[in-house]
Amino acid sequence: MVKGIIAFGQYFLLDKIVGRSPSNIYQNPKFRSAIIQAILVFIVFYTFYSLYQTTVFNLEERGIKTSTSFFDQVAPFKVGFSPFLNFELGETTYIEVFYIGVLNTLLVAVLGIIAATLLGFFIGILRSSNNWLAQKFALIYVEIFRNMPLLLQIMFWNFAIFLAFLPPPKQSLEFGAFYLNGRGLQTPVPIVENNFLFKVWLGILIFSIIASFIFRNWAKKRRDQTGKSLPVLGISLSVIIIIGISSFYILGKPFAVDLPVLGKFNFKGGGQLPLPLFSLWFALTVYTSAFIAENVRAGIASVSKGQIEAARSIGLTRPQMVKLIIIPQALRVIIPPTISQYLNLTKNSSLAMAVGYEEVVAVWANISLNQTGQALIIIAMTIIFFEICSLFTSFILNIYNRRIQITER
Amino acid sequence: MTKSDSIIKISKLNKWYGKFHALKDIDLSVGRTEKIVICGPSGSGKSTLIRCINRLEVHQEGSIQVDGIELTDDIKQITEIRSDVGMVFQHFNLFPHLTVLENCSLAPIWVRKKSKVEAEEMAMQLLEKVRIPDQADKYPGQLSGGQQQRVAIARALCMQPRIMLFDEPTSALDPEMIKEVLETMIELADSGMTMIVVTHEMGFANRVADRIIFMDEGQIVEQNDPESFFKNPESDRTKLFLSQILDH
Repeated sequence: MVKGIIAFGQYFLLDKIVGRSPSNIYQNPKFRSAIIQAILVFIVFYTFYSLYQTTVFNLEERGIKTSTSFFDQVAPFKVGFSPFLNFELGETTYIEVFYIGVLNTLLVAVLGIIAATLLGFFIGILRSSNNWLAQKFALIYVEIFRNMPLLLQIMFWNFAIFLAFLPPPKQSLEFGAFYLNGRGLQTPVPIVENNFLFKVWLGILIFSIIASFIFRNWAKKRRDQTGKSLPVLGISLSVIIIIGISSFYILGKPFAVDLPVLGKFNFKGGGQLPLPLFSLWFALTVYTSAFIAENVRAGIASVSKGQIEAARSIGLTRPQMVKLIIIPQALRVIIPPTISQYLNLTKNSSLAMAVGYEEVVAVWANISLNQTGQALIIIAMTIIFFEICSLFTSFILNIYNRRIQITER
Repeated sequence: MTKSDSIIKISKLNKWYGKFHALKDIDLSVGRTEKIVICGPSGSGKSTLIRCINRLEVHQEGSIQVDGIELTDDIKQITEIRSDVGMVFQHFNLFPHLTVLENCSLAPIWVRKKSKVEAEEMAMQLLEKVRIPDQADKYPGQLSGGQQQRVAIARALCMQPRIMLFDEPTSALDPEMIKEVLETMIELADSGMTMIVVTHEMGFANRVADRIIFMDEGQIVEQNDPESFFKNPESDRTKLFLSQILDH
């Protein structure tokens, strides 16, 4: 402000001396940029305000008053997949449909992030290996899946591969107690028979997991003091499994497992992961893992040759070198862009509409919106949901990132 | 000066990088506690030679024996030799994500299976020896080049090696830091360590070396004790090199 006045004064005086008219103030870059910014801010605000006004007006014109009262109305359509909340046609309300959509989005996002991370690291490590075949395989994988539009991939896996090639329920592919067919993946589901004993059993399991962490700390301290190391992971896992199984029988089987059984036309019992979820999860995993693989490759490549030579020269074995020298340094490069990929995966899950998976955009921003016409509230809630998801993910990962970044100053 | 009890025996060593013949028929034996300085123009194969000794480079012909162990593809033997042979690099190559103390105690803990307490105690002793015990909790990025190189020396010494290899340890340093690193190396030499040093520091060579080796185009051109080497170089190539390196 003060600078602006000074600039104005300078120009005014200068113009007096040179003899130009004071209207040349418009050629002062500071003055001009201030004016342009003010106009821009006004346009943006006015656009949003008029959009809001128009929408409210149009909705009211059609007899829709924007309010949240529809939340408690019963939703007149069926949501087929809601593993966390019970859906009853004729009882479930709109707001519950929103919760179901949100949970379904989170389900596919979490499953996708876990799988894409594992697969991405694996492909990225192959891509950095010295093995010619592994390297070329990873290169082709990355280039194919990174370069195709995601929507196309989702439709490709769902319609061209899974729907076309997976057998009908009668000829399901068997994986132990799991069955894969054209309708989806049939899984066993635990059924709790005795609630109290089940809680006791869960308590024992949690206790033994906590105990294994205490054991880990003790073993680390012992190694620091004596140099003797123990196979901590193997011991802990086998102890947890033995305790889990033996206490399951001692407590008299506190829960049963409901296995899917093939009936006349379809499976009875067990749970079902519908094919759209499976296809969407598969496509998101494959697509995102190609990007994560590139991040991993960049991270590994960022560790200089000198570091590897130094690690070798002090006698570290290859696995020790990877664990102690390469990974800690590579992670600092890998994590920030991988956060973006997690956010992308979560947002990309909204492409599920193409295959009919019932996530939040499909059941809420599409079906519920068409039924109620409450565009303002529904779209705003969907936007806010995705914003919160993204901010939360990056918040958590940024904390982790800061913890590993701070080591080098 | 000959020593019958040799710790490194290299015979008929040949190495190629693709078609480039980097080392040609190198024969060299190094006695226990002997100090050897290798010099020569860049590209003459000095670094390649010492990097072959702990197998950072793989040779194609000839044999290298370190303390009676033959260098082959056997990973166990390579690891064993590497933990007996310390190496100091031109660009320090400290681990930037670990503190000075962690840099030094890493290999004793993971390779020698020492306890952390014991490894850190020894690391502190060696950091005192290179006169930077007060920097133990800092990260390499916070130290000067000379300090970093002294940490690198301490890191190599923590494995209690029998042989130390130095690959142009002062070439990346500012002039005033060269002195502090050379002093540390002189102290190490005085303590009886077997050392092979690739360097252009002729003052250091004159003072410490039992033998100076001059290499050119992948071959050992001349080797002699410092006095004869500097006063009566035999080959013309050595004379030319010495005149270039000493007259400035």
